[in-house]
Amino acid sequence: MKDEEAAAPVAPARSSSRVDEARRRLLRSAALGGVVLCASLLTLLDHRAVEAAPRLRPPGALDEEDFLAACIKCGQCVQVCPVDAIRLSDLDQGIGNGVPYIAARAQACDFSCDATQCVLACPTGALSHLIDAKEQSRMGVARLAAPDACLARKGEGFKGLARGGAFKGHLRYSDIDRWKPQPVASHPYDLATCDLCVRHCPIKDAIELVPVSSDPQDRRRTPVVKDACVGCGVCEMMCPAEPAAIRVDVRVKGRDPGGPKA
Amino acid sequence: MSSRLITRKLRDLALMFGVAPQKPTPADMTEEARELLAFKKSPDERKRRKAAIESERAEAVQSHKWRMIRWASIFAVNGLFVASYWIDLQLVEGALTASRVLGFHFADVNSSLQLMLAHKHVVINLVIGVTTVVLIYAVIGGRTFCSWVCPYHFLSELAEMVHLKLVGKKLVRDHELDRRLRIVMFFVFAVLAFVSGYPLFEAISPVGILSRALTYGTIIGLIWVGLLLLAEIVWSRRLWCRYVCPVGLGYGLAGIVAPVRIKYDATKCLHEGKCRQVCLVPHVLDITKLGFARDVETPIGVDCTRCAMCIDACPTGALTFDIVGLARSGADEKLEEEGT
Repeated sequence: MKDEEAAAPVAPARSSSRVDEARRRLLRSAALGGVVLCASLLTLLDHRAVEAAPRLRPPGALDEEDFLAACIKCGQCVQVCPVDAIRLSDLDQGIGNGVPYIAARAQACDFSCDATQCVLACPTGALSHLIDAKEQSRMGVARLAAPDACLARKGEGFKGLARGGAFKGHLRYSDIDRWKPQPVASHPYDLATCDLCVRHCPIKDAIELVPVSSDPQDRRRTPVVKDACVGCGVCEMMCPAEPAAIRVDVRVKGRDPGGPKA
Repeated sequence: MSSRLITRKLRDLALMFGVAPQKPTPADMTEEARELLAFKKSPDERKRRKAAIESERAEAVQSHKWRMIRWASIFAVNGLFVASYWIDLQLVEGALTASRVLGFHFADVNSSLQLMLAHKHVVINLVIGVTTVVLIYAVIGGRTFCSWVCPYHFLSELAEMVHLKLVGKKLVRDHELDRRLRIVMFFVFAVLAFVSGYPLFEAISPVGILSRALTYGTIIGLIWVGLLLLAEIVWSRRLWCRYVCPVGLGYGLAGIVAPVRIKYDATKCLHEGKCRQVCLVPHVLDITKLGFARDVETPIGVDCTRCAMCIDACPTGALTFDIVGLARSGADEKLEEEGT
């Protein structure tokens, strides 16, 4: 704006100075409008950049593009989650600013709430209200991303805390308390063969340990993910390998229970 | 008489949508207003007003009563959002974009519009939420949201104080903009939401960003808010609220029938213009200029946020809060009763 002021005549006639001021005011307004518009379009551009590494969305989330359109960014899903698995994205996510996600390695959705509370809390249906059971969600699919790191595949057991004493994540240990998720760090294990991913999977028949060979002496097992997997990320959270041997591949399409346009 | 009321409402609406305030012709004024104006223009009365202004300036004490009450309201509402989550108070859950208040859906007018245009669905919960909110603001006064609830308004007021200090020291100056930009922004972002399929305004709206930062700790967005505040300090006073933010428009429309408003009493006015100097939307106070009032008592138009800074600023009590139906008799109230 300084250029404009410098360009203004030194002692203009009264009426022409008023015209100049009006014109400058209009220019300034257009400039401001342009800047704000560009800022909002930048969030779209930013979105393209973060698309490469999509984030895990809460259960029932519509397909990514629809989800981003339908979420009103209020965080009511965050508030009802009993394990605080859901967080809100920030402005670094561009148009995804304020949209919920789950960082499964830090805190997976273990369906402690049983009835997909986040879906019930969502006022807009961005988390589809067509879902009323955990088995219906399609957040992603688990995959043994680093087979060589998997303890079961090495035939090893596991003794100690799954994620160490400093880990803040919670999990439902039904035998301890069905309603109060317990800190994972309060629960030591002593397993002959590591089966943490299978043991804590909240979905029936989503994952199983399969012997690597037909030799009965061979203790090596490999986790096999099945069609029932919803991608909640509990296996990823509980995997004692660092980084996790099993990880969730985020689904961005085909997760809408009502089909492409519910 | 009711046609007078309708004309006034339409004029207020036009004012909100960017039409410049106009000086009325004597024919536009009521008999009482004409008489009052003639009296005010008499040399004796002019002299009396001048003396009154001088003596009042000598003992000027700036009141901040309403600002303090209003800030308490901003803190209370936003505090309820935060406490509802952090200490599980569960009274007001969500953010200012959408929430559940005691279990009832509330939704912001502009956020809901953006979302439904982008998503191309009529979301019934949002319709319910918006209706509830509109009904509330239709009673307590349209843009009351802006000055009594919005957390950005609070920060913007602080920025404004700094801005005015710097202006006083001649370090910066206020670059006035065209307030019709706000209307353009409203439509541009509505079209953009529909065309792009994303509620783009929501990503950069400081209202949502601040509301979420308070409750959920998403603080990266505060950089954007900081930039806006900086622009308000060094470049243009109250830039976002005055010229860009479309959120207030929806609330303004909701408040067109609101019984809670600020009332201007021309008989008490000395026409110093102190109210216009503190006002966020000074065009609504143009009626306080000598010869601009169409009636002796006039309620301030729909673009008014009821922030009451003008009440604090007015040394003569010409501006007061007024609730239709509760106030004692006045010319305008009679008009209102006949009209509705």
